[in-house]
Amino acid sequence: MSQSTKRLKSRNEREGSPWTGLSAVLTKEMADHLTGARMLILEALVLLTAVGTIYTALKSIKPTDDNQFLYLRLFTTAQDPLPAFVFFLAILVPLIAIALSFDSINGEFSRRTLSRVLAQPVYRDALLMGKFLGGLLTLTMVFSAIWLLIFGIGILRLGVPPTAEETGRALWFLLGTIFYGGIWMALAMLFSTVFRSSATAALASIAVWAFFIFFWNIVVGIIAPLLGPDQIATLDQLVAAGQTQMILTRISPITLYADIATIMLQPTERFLGFVLPVQLDRAIKSPLPLGQSLLVIWPQLTGLIAATILLFVLSYVLFQRQEIRA
Amino acid sequence: MLDLVLETKGLTKYYGNFVAVDNLDLSIRKGEVFGLLGPNGAGKTTTILMLLGLTEPTQGEVRVLGFDPARQPLSVKKSVGYMPDQVGFYDDLTARENLIYIAKLNGIPRDEIKRRVEEAIERVRLTNVIDQRTGTFSRGMRQRLGLADVLIKNPQLIIMDEPTQGLDPELAHEFLGMIHSLKEEGTTILLSSHLLHQVQAICDRVGLFSKGRMVLQGTVSELARKVLGGAYRIQLEAEGPAAKLRKALGELRDVNAVKMNDGRIVIEAQKDVRADAAEAVVKAGGRLQSLNVESQSLDDIYTRYFDEVKHESVH
Ligand SMILES: Nc1ncnc2c1ncn2[C@@H]1O[C@H](COP(=O)(O)OP(=O)(O)OP(=O)(O)O)[C@@H](O)[C@H]1O
Ligand SMILES: [Mg+2]
Repeated sequence: MSQSTKRLKSRNEREGSPWTGLSAVLTKEMADHLTGARMLILEALVLLTAVGTIYTALKSIKPTDDNQFLYLRLFTTAQDPLPAFVFFLAILVPLIAIALSFDSINGEFSRRTLSRVLAQPVYRDALLMGKFLGGLLTLTMVFSAIWLLIFGIGILRLGVPPTAEETGRALWFLLGTIFYGGIWMALAMLFSTVFRSSATAALASIAVWAFFIFFWNIVVGIIAPLLGPDQIATLDQLVAAGQTQMILTRISPITLYADIATIMLQPTERFLGFVLPVQLDRAIKSPLPLGQSLLVIWPQLTGLIAATILLFVLSYVLFQRQEIRA
Repeated sequence: MLDLVLETKGLTKYYGNFVAVDNLDLSIRKGEVFGLLGPNGAGKTTTILMLLGLTEPTQGEVRVLGFDPARQPLSVKKSVGYMPDQVGFYDDLTARENLIYIAKLNGIPRDEIKRRVEEAIERVRLTNVIDQRTGTFSRGMRQRLGLADVLIKNPQLIIMDEPTQGLDPELAHEFLGMIHSLKEEGTTILLSSHLLHQVQAICDRVGLFSKGRMVLQGTVSELARKVLGGAYRIQLEAEGPAAKLRKALGELRDVNAVKMNDGRIVIEAQKDVRADAAEAVVKAGGRLQSLNVESQSLDDIYTRYFDEVKHESVH
């Protein structure tokens, strides 16, 4: 009809960048998160657990200890009655991520703002991506602050500065934590596009979280033997069965995160997965350099990121096809 | 070529087997105010959503300002303002903040945003509550803010879904006034409604929707002619020889029929023939007592049309 139409040749070719307006959405989302009451509660919760666990951990960590990784032990030391901070992170990070995004899309539906926003010259891509990145950056800010706080307390109480190796490991662990949050955020966002009710989306996300926390290991215990031979006769079969079990547990993001935490925060750990006692004996307990540790958890880290992207793409596809009626 | 702002050809939308919009041909010229009329569920909102690319048409073609909303949504949305039937805002943000967000999404330069937002708010007379949270706004204030939200981008075409729904008569009137002043500035407007007298007051043309089909289209008087027979109904009271008067009036140009009603003479005509009628009465030796033209009401057209449809479907 007009020349401007002809300029777009194929049917699937869309005009302009899919990210037009992304920064506007991103800024608004972050402002919403950072000023909202919801975030305040979550921050208070993390702060409380961080300070609580660090102070109890400090009771059993002395600067004179010959262990070189004092700062990393702040994260991993459990002292009755409190578990270690990493344990809390594994449980709280999903909840925080879910809390930030379970109503990201359906909330706009129910406030009837979605049709108004999508009547502006932006693609749905930008809206979805802006919301996701806004949440992820908020997580990044919160946890970076917590990490700084932990190191601050450490410097004050231990009196020795952290080594470069420790700092590097803590930063990689921070990255892992953020992507661990990312996967849950993508999941909650997926549910928020699927379900029109925010309450349903929140419930569905929490259900998945609870399933992986409480039941996945049980489920694996039931499934894994079914996949192997009836009778385990040889050593090879034993190893194979053990490996099947390991692979299955790693479907859970919680296991992936636990792996990252173990390798990054406990430099003496060098194996993940099924290890026979014979092999373990031969593994000398000397710390691994950071680069080597990274290699060990590289699959876990990329697995988390890949799953996050997968979930995001799924919500994207569903959202793209949705009719926006009021 | 006519300045077509909006054009659809064979636009069709199916929900499963249910056809919500059926083969719609619609064209709207620049500067026109077009009213989409129809009972609930007629397909007005569905049509509007397809015009904006918010839902995919099953079949047919749409051109808005020369662009295809499915393939060039950014160009369309840059110049088309859409006010949904239920406008929602971010309740925790102020009116100003809500509009700033929309301005940013439109890529309006940073240094212009403040001015544009304030102008738009001023225009809908919300300046005194500009920094109030929209959560506290009444229905009427929301509706005004909805209009301001549309005005921010200086649209060439504004599409409004039931703009006066839920407004009290006074505010509805004021709203229509604002729409009218937009028209005077040259903005093309497409609105949907089932409040007929309002549509009649501001629309240049209307399209009557029923079960997904556009059954009638044209100016109000064209529709009146089609549905009611004569477009103008003139009531006249006169003393004098009734038969002679009726004959004289019946012979006038543009008169379709002359009837008696409660001792009054009712003329159905294609034009406002009051002057001719008065002259005819006097010439025929009658004394004119009153002469009124009934405004052709869209209500009548609407009721009559849907009555007829019902009637036909019974037989
Ligand atoms: N997502 C959907 N799935 C199935 N049917 C739908 C869907 N959306 C709308 N419809 C149907 O399409 C028809 C047209 O709906 P639409 O909202 O366009 O009507 P409308 O003219 O705007 O009515 P109203 O005056 O009540 O707003 C209705 O019968 C409605 O039930
Ligand atoms: Mg409607």
